[in-house]
Amino acid sequence: MSVNLSAIFYLISGVLFILALRGLSSPETSRQGNFLGIVGMIIAITVTFLSIGSFSSGLIYVLIFLLIGGLIGAYIAYKIPMTAMPELVAGFHSLVGLSAVLVAISAFLNPEAFNLGSSGSIKLASLIEMSIGAAVGAVTFSGSIIAFLKLQGIMSGSPITFRGQHLINALLLISIVILTYLLCITQSSNFFWILLAVSFLIGFLLIIPIGGADMPVVISMLNSYSGWAAAGIGFTLENSALIITGALVGSSGAILSYIMCKGMNRSFFNVILGGFGAVTQSASTGNKEHKPVKSGNAEDAAFLMKNASSVIIVPGYGMAVAQAQHALREMVDTLKKNDIKVTYAIHPVAGRMPGHMNVLLAEANVPYDEVFELEEINNDFANADVAFVIGANDVTNPAAKNDPQSPIYGMPVLDVEKCKSVLFVKRSLSAGYAGIDNELFYKENTLMLFADAKKMTEDITKNL
Amino acid sequence: MEIDPFIFRLSIFILSIFIGYYVVWSVTPSLHTPLMSVTNAISSVIIVGAIIAGLAGNSDGDFTISNILGLLAISLAAVNIFGGFLVTQRMLQMYKKKKKDK
Repeated sequence: MSVNLSAIFYLISGVLFILALRGLSSPETSRQGNFLGIVGMIIAITVTFLSIGSFSSGLIYVLIFLLIGGLIGAYIAYKIPMTAMPELVAGFHSLVGLSAVLVAISAFLNPEAFNLGSSGSIKLASLIEMSIGAAVGAVTFSGSIIAFLKLQGIMSGSPITFRGQHLINALLLISIVILTYLLCITQSSNFFWILLAVSFLIGFLLIIPIGGADMPVVISMLNSYSGWAAAGIGFTLENSALIITGALVGSSGAILSYIMCKGMNRSFFNVILGGFGAVTQSASTGNKEHKPVKSGNAEDAAFLMKNASSVIIVPGYGMAVAQAQHALREMVDTLKKNDIKVTYAIHPVAGRMPGHMNVLLAEANVPYDEVFELEEINNDFANADVAFVIGANDVTNPAAKNDPQSPIYGMPVLDVEKCKSVLFVKRSLSAGYAGIDNELFYKENTLMLFADAKKMTEDITKNL
Repeated sequence: MEIDPFIFRLSIFILSIFIGYYVVWSVTPSLHTPLMSVTNAISSVIIVGAIIAGLAGNSDGDFTISNILGLLAISLAAVNIFGGFLVTQRMLQMYKKKKKDK
């Protein structure tokens, strides 16, 4: 296949990827979008095979490796529980990063195969593009591994900070630029390896100071990086499909990071510089035990809800941990049978990744037109009878609105306190990730339900 | 004087960033998780580089380090492609509308 013809096919697959993302603008068109994405991928892979032309025996190995990876991927996709989606996405990011690194190394060792000049005298532009692709890929890889370990609970989710952290990171970033420069003028492979090692280290250092609840930002950011890495490699390989995709994914991740930061009213740098939870936790653990709290049991909660005419459910990360989404849906079904109007309110940063709660509710067969975003539903709390907060905390804290001293001041929150009564399903009175107390717990119209979210929801259903 | 082909690729890149910007803002927030998994899958189109690396200049079963790295990258990207698209499919199938008869 001629170079020009294959370039046109790569362009087509790039366009199909754009349409795949476009499909996600509504659940109805999303499946079709995903299908177009798959077609785009098949075109890209087929064209690559055809453009190589000479079918040596190496082809069979390529197919075998493709098949092995494909089977593993398919197996994971079918087995993974929906609650583990953040870990899965983090893990997948690390694979994109690592394959970008491997392709870059391969191109560096064998530039002839990619038309980049010959070993020891690689074209300058290619060398720069390659270095960028490899460095960003390496950061994506090690960063995603840390994010994965934190989400999986293998590594503590609390931020790990040490003195001089930011200085070290800054120095390492500068050294990347210097190493790329040295690599370009000397063409020495030593600088290439050091560059890779430093990049791996940066990814690692960048993510360890970030706390578990800031993961929505981190995952989005790594998503963005994996795109930029792919684009870097795309420039090296002069492949438009890869360049288009890299740019799409890069900007997609960047937008998601922005949305997540806005949901927490924090700047991107504030999140990346890390250490949020660690600083504030110590300051707040003083004077909260003595305030009176009304706590109730499943029967009280069932009574309140049975006499309500509308209920708004506010799910949070605690629902995911307790896997309570199915029990919750059953409870809602029972409420609906009693002609009670039920809707769901989702805060942008609820859970551990963008859209985390929506997926869990969809898994439990909650129709998506009953699920609303913060801006859509926030005015409805004043007219609702009961707010049922399950596993969420900081996103409901009125301190964000009326306490300028609070670390979360200015963060958009759900106005649950405007409801006639508020039910809080929580395991204890402990503070949320921001390490601050929630004054809502001590309000007159709040009833605390101390239990595991799943068990409590099941008990309420029995009492309805 | 001719324009360097790099400039054309840079143009594609910059314009795609803008397309990405507008397309992604129109994605409904409830589908942000599938958005992440599908972007994951499509960024694995890096497999085209891995295939070239895996096959480059090898004559019948004589693999260089460069080839082997390429083959490994093929497997990693394939995990992502199959895993990413299938898990997205699985998620999207769960998004259902309210039944009319209720």
